[in-house]
Amino acid sequence: MNEAITVKTNQLTRRFGKFVAVDQVSIEVYQKEIFGFLGANGAGKTTMIRMLCGLLKPSDGNGTVAGLDIKTQSEIIKQNIGYMSQKFSLYEDLTISENIEFYGGVYGLSREKIEQKKDELFKQLRLNEYAKKYTRDLPLGIRQRLALGSALLHDPPIIFLDEPTSGVDPKARRGFWDLIYQTAESGKTVFVTTHYMDEAEYCHRISIMQQGKLIALDSPAHLREKYQKKSMQDVFISLVKTEVGGN
Amino acid sequence: MPAIEIRNFSKNYGDIQAVKSINLTIREGELFGLIGPDGAGKTTLMRSICTLLVPDSGSILVDDMDVTNHVAEIRSILGYMPQRFSLYQDLSAEQNLQFFADIFSVPLEEREKRLKELYHFSRLEPFKKRTAGALSGGMKQKLALSCALIHTPNILVLDEPTFGVDPVSRQEFWEILHSIKKEGKTIFVSTAYMDEADQCDRVALMSSGKIVNCDTPDKLKESFKFLLYKLEGDNLRRINEFFKSLPNILNTQLFGDSIHVNFKQNPSEDEWEHWKKETNQVLTNWQRITPSIEDIFLNVEEKTE
Repeated sequence: MNEAITVKTNQLTRRFGKFVAVDQVSIEVYQKEIFGFLGANGAGKTTMIRMLCGLLKPSDGNGTVAGLDIKTQSEIIKQNIGYMSQKFSLYEDLTISENIEFYGGVYGLSREKIEQKKDELFKQLRLNEYAKKYTRDLPLGIRQRLALGSALLHDPPIIFLDEPTSGVDPKARRGFWDLIYQTAESGKTVFVTTHYMDEAEYCHRISIMQQGKLIALDSPAHLREKYQKKSMQDVFISLVKTEVGGN
Repeated sequence: MPAIEIRNFSKNYGDIQAVKSINLTIREGELFGLIGPDGAGKTTLMRSICTLLVPDSGSILVDDMDVTNHVAEIRSILGYMPQRFSLYQDLSAEQNLQFFADIFSVPLEEREKRLKELYHFSRLEPFKKRTAGALSGGMKQKLALSCALIHTPNILVLDEPTFGVDPVSRQEFWEILHSIKKEGKTIFVSTAYMDEADQCDRVALMSSGKIVNCDTPDKLKESFKFLLYKLEGDNLRRINEFFKSLPNILNTQLFGDSIHVNFKQNPSEDEWEHWKKETNQVLTNWQRITPSIEDIFLNVEEKTE
């Protein structure tokens, strides 16, 4: 890839007591790239993402996000990334429009800027018809689009999506991935975790974590070829099962 | 006698009709899947079966007992695993199981044996002292299932039990469901994963409060009346855009490393060769395929809009 590197880690490690949640992980991620982050529950994906977002200090190793040091510049990093968690709480008793205004305020955007971004995002995320509805009354798929919008409000160059489509129906999932593509094409780096292996195929590159270690990193096509499997589902199951069995 | 009999059942929230006069019979011992888009009314239906909501009209019979006036009896033979959380995060796995055993008044002498069985299939014994909040996603779901099974119910209602669960744990969870089914239990389960729906004896597809289709996975696939092709190539998004714009096409859907295209008429080999040229050879393979449950889901959706 000829794009600029936006996320880089070198032997990044995080321990909780004796437990090594992330174990010497080195990656490079590029602008405009959709980077898939796979692994079994508890493999260390969320810990890794929290370190990259400046929410958690590494125990060892180092890394940069948008050229900023994750150890010493975590506060500035927060202004340069968007973060959408599966558990991310939108305010259920605010309308879609009010939620955007609220998060715009949190990010310190001016009233004018908020209005302008709101128009832009509603159009891009196809949310106009829901603007005045209460968030609690909307299906999960629409709420996830709103959560994505909130994470994009301050126009960050890098966005982290932690299981954005869990529990979302097949049609809404496809709609959400169209938005992920648009976001990447607009010049942003998209970091995404998912348990849907068809979605793994849509990523430019995939990394698979197992017990804190990076055990695979390549394009979906190369991974299928390397492990002689028909699908990413089979690649994942064979790799993760082998690793567990090896203990 | 059916395990669950639903007749003309409707449920409204204010002006919103969540479930619109549906009929459904779940047989004893059946592994029955419920699929449908977000907001279709699946959770409302499940909660109503579990006596947690009262029907506005129509009736629901569980083991021949009406949900409106046999609440306690039904709850004693039914295990319910709600969609999101049902565990106490700051209690240990074992404490959670004991808590549910207390609620359902499982006799002390039976408890030991029951816990042993549940630990056996869930393989949670090594983690029984760990707080539920500290368990991984897959383990949490297995613990929640164990809690729903603690009082040895005959009927299980599981609302998206594999939400946020990784592929390996998901496979394991379904192996457990199959073994529970073998014991003769009835399982009514909703899911957003279509490969799971494919493992059910029968599947109902719910949309906008109605059951739009209900049959075995094989029969559902046979009834699919479109000409479905699987396309492969080097730049799927580009191929997708190209085929979307052709007149002979009903719809196209990305399916991981391939695209599924529904044609109105069967295309000739000449047409395929022509398309291959027009896409600058990025289209490499095409073949007629039988639909998956996911294809059926996506196409029912198209009709209702």
